[in-house]
Amino acid sequence: MQDILFYLFAALTLLCGFLVVANPFSRNPVTSAMFLVLTIVSMAGLFVLLHAFFLAAVQILVYAGAVMVLFLFVIMLLDLKEEQRRRYKLYGAVLGLASVAGLGWLLVKTLWQSGVGAGLQPGYVGDTKSLGMALFSRGEFLLPFEIVSLLLLVAMVGVILLSKKDLK
Amino acid sequence: MDWNFLIFAVLKIAAVLGVLMTMVAYAVLAERKISAFIQDRVGPNRVSLPLIGSIPIIGPLLTRWGIWQPLADGVKSFLKEDFTPSHVRKIYFWLAPAIALVPAFLVVAVIPFGSTLGAQKMVIADLNVGILYTFGIVSLGVYGIVLAGYASNSKFPFLGGIRSSAQMISYEIAMGLSVIPVFLIAGDLNLGGIIDYQAQHGWMILYAPLSFPIFLVSAFAETNRLPFDLPESETELVGGYHTEYSSMKFALFFMGEYANMLAGSAMMVTLFFGGWTLPFAGLDTAPALGEWWKGLLHIGIFIAKMLCFMGLFIWVRWMLPRFRYDQLMDLGWRRMIPLALANIIITAVVVMLMNS
Repeated sequence: MQDILFYLFAALTLLCGFLVVANPFSRNPVTSAMFLVLTIVSMAGLFVLLHAFFLAAVQILVYAGAVMVLFLFVIMLLDLKEEQRRRYKLYGAVLGLASVAGLGWLLVKTLWQSGVGAGLQPGYVGDTKSLGMALFSRGEFLLPFEIVSLLLLVAMVGVILLSKKDLK
Repeated sequence: MDWNFLIFAVLKIAAVLGVLMTMVAYAVLAERKISAFIQDRVGPNRVSLPLIGSIPIIGPLLTRWGIWQPLADGVKSFLKEDFTPSHVRKIYFWLAPAIALVPAFLVVAVIPFGSTLGAQKMVIADLNVGILYTFGIVSLGVYGIVLAGYASNSKFPFLGGIRSSAQMISYEIAMGLSVIPVFLIAGDLNLGGIIDYQAQHGWMILYAPLSFPIFLVSAFAETNRLPFDLPESETELVGGYHTEYSSMKFALFFMGEYANMLAGSAMMVTLFFGGWTLPFAGLDTAPALGEWWKGLLHIGIFIAKMLCFMGLFIWVRWMLPRFRYDQLMDLGWRRMIPLALANIIITAVVVMLMNS
């Protein structure tokens, strides 16, 4: 049962991810965004299969529920007709392939080093408490967590600065 | 595969869905009757069934109460012409009403609507991250409205969709922040655990008095009800996101709104008003094996509390005027969110001092 669900969600993730960037039937950005939502939701399904319920819920809450709605919001305000007519550009394709190759190399390297097949430890439940302990104890992820928070704060201040026309 | 689990899960889903759909239908009737009462009218009092209508006293009484009105409304939505305008984007136009309705029903899956019946816990999915699941699903509800606005491909629905996406994202933040004190106090994300805590220590509204009003206001904004019904404000946007919809597709949006109200009421009852418990007559403990009447009573208590909040939703709609859009955003971002943040900090400090 779990195996069937895993292959189902994995296939769905890959298929929808492919349709986000190269949909043969439509070049509509809204369709791409909706397929990205489906990708995110099926990835949340994969998290559930790994007993990481917190991550699954947060994945849907943050990415599907907030980030993608903002994406849609912006896409809907753009001139979509222009976007649909535009052809693929050479430098775009080169840059895209280069970044995919870079990320792919990182992924393969990580998989190579982390010893695939260790599998899920029995009885492990990725609940909120263990995640909180890992994030907020010294020597684990406290420093990276604080740095990321600071980065977000800087980004927020930057956005507010940019969106204010005249500073007082 | 555990067949016992599967059978009971299907039974519970069917029962909850049946009760919910009935409540949606009669919530519409209640809305019409209460609005009529507030505006000094009579409300729906004409629909009568052939045989029951001719029973002496009871028949005319039921007719006057409008008991059969939801039946007539349902038949009407099915039989009216389902008109698809030629300028719409077909796929999204058909998809949007379904996406608007489904999340409202999914939310109910984690809500404990009763204690136990026999050996079965009266909750469909007893998740340990219950509340996060709820917020995740609620946040998907906005897609129905945004896609409806986009698919309709005309000005008014589009403006409605844009307004709603901004409004729902803003108030989701306030809503999410407002419940954090509840979990700080109870120390559990599971909704069943929250109810257990309230059964032992008293209702959460006493411990988190500031959380409840923020949650309530956000719930009004999330369900697009007056005084926050900007996405469909009929005086400026014709009908907002559902301007181009007719017959059953419109009915799906309509049902989605009421199902969302019911889900919001259920959440408020669970988080702040003790869920299925009552603090007297021994009604705050789970029934022993064989006390099935107590289990049923608990479900009744939960539904009764929910109906109180439904009454509040309807009452407010007919008493308050609509906000202006900038006032809505101002209230959300500059009043509600700072208030909710202060609430979290105060509660966290108090909880820490109490524990140490």
